[in-house]
Amino acid sequence: MEIHVDMALCQSHGQCVFAAPEVFSFDEEDRLVYATSADEDLRAAVAQAAGACPVRAIHVDSTSPVGKEPAP
Amino acid sequence: MNDPGIVVVGASLAAQRACAAARRLGYQGQLTVIGAEPHQPYDRPPLSKEFLAGRSEPPAPRLPVDDLNIRWLLGRPVAGLTLADRTVHLADGGSVPFTGLIIATGAAPNSWPGTPPPNVGTFRTLDDARSLRARLREGNRLLVVGAGFLGGELAAAARGLGSQVTLVEAQAQPLHRALGLAAGTFMAALHRRAGVDLRTGTRVAAFTGERYLTGADLVGGTWVPADSAVVALGATPNVEWLAGSGLWVEGGLVCDEHGRALLTDATPARGVVAAGDVTRWPHPWADGNGVVRGHWTHATEQAEVAARSLLFPDHPATYRPIPSFWSDVYGVKLRAVGFPGFADTVEVRESEPEAGRLDITYHRQGHLIGALVGNRMSRLAAYRARLAEELAATAPA
Repeated sequence: MEIHVDMALCQSHGQCVFAAPEVFSFDEEDRLVYATSADEDLRAAVAQAAGACPVRAIHVDSTSPVGKEPAP
Repeated sequence: MNDPGIVVVGASLAAQRACAAARRLGYQGQLTVIGAEPHQPYDRPPLSKEFLAGRSEPPAPRLPVDDLNIRWLLGRPVAGLTLADRTVHLADGGSVPFTGLIIATGAAPNSWPGTPPPNVGTFRTLDDARSLRARLREGNRLLVVGAGFLGGELAAAARGLGSQVTLVEAQAQPLHRALGLAAGTFMAALHRRAGVDLRTGTRVAAFTGERYLTGADLVGGTWVPADSAVVALGATPNVEWLAGSGLWVEGGLVCDEHGRALLTDATPARGVVAAGDVTRWPHPWADGNGVVRGHWTHATEQAEVAARSLLFPDHPATYRPIPSFWSDVYGVKLRAVGFPGFADTVEVRESEPEAGRLDITYHRQGHLIGALVGNRMSRLAAYRARLAEELAATAPA
């Protein structure tokens, strides 16, 4: 899974760090740092991070759609 | 007969999120959104920040709705609800039947009583933002009444445009009640460094001017000049239209922890959920009255839960958030988590207004219950993780 963050949009709200701390974090200068690729087992967490971003800066590749999910 | 499907009342962030969630969860039926404003859903947080601060008017901060196959009824305020025949009544006399209902009518800004002079307004909508933008310019004098998050952001944006700004706050410091004295002192320092005339511990007694605004008399006898004024004294949930519907309304539409609207007998109404600023909702860390919040993440997260609970009533989702909210002023990113307002003890770890750095933790009965940072993001993530542990210990899922 490939991850891209549009850093021109990012305002460090931190929602992605809360949702997927394995992928997103802040450095000591308050800049967002992130892994540009991650294992498939983190897909749900990364999708949640993308959905939680207030400025919609996070893009995830869609080799398998993150949008659909099974009913409970 | 056609199934009227899901009707969403309110056309803002919570509505957009609920609709997106419903489609993502596989709902293929009719989706109707009724909105009082003429606009499709847009994002409100940018309005008091970059939308106002930019030198030229930016495009409206629209939310993505194009793929959701929504039937829009915009510019149509609602007037009532009849649960017995499952119908929403519109102020223009129309009626809209529903099978499932999502109530997301938000909140309305508390306005100044009576009829103040022209150019005294509130700030909530895209049209409010456009109107204030048109009036702010170099040398213009803006009076902001109330130094909460909104008032503070308006003051900061107006200063950035070169306006002279007077900010009046009844409490001892800005944001005092929400975030405590230390955070308020930090905020006050930011405002004063930026050249805002901050008047705390006083209130506007009356606006002056008849055909146009000239200023305001403050309690205590001072007069301050102003060409424009914004009343930023909080908001009240839009629940008037629910009077007599049988739903439980008490300072907000009362919901359970699944986002289901409750009837006056405290049982969930069948097929009626709610989300966003309009709701009063329970939380393990709140007292029995629950909480009302106007935060962005509250609208998005409760909308997701509400949509799930509506579509899968036998497996309702649970809304038990760690609140998260923010404000951007003078280049300082203020970020908060938890319930700072519930604290009995406040620890100030760092407060340096000159450097824009703030780090405060909030505790209740020895447990972390909230945190606020200014430009200390790595610490915020750690506090949020600790709060998640605390919440899991309080309320096993």
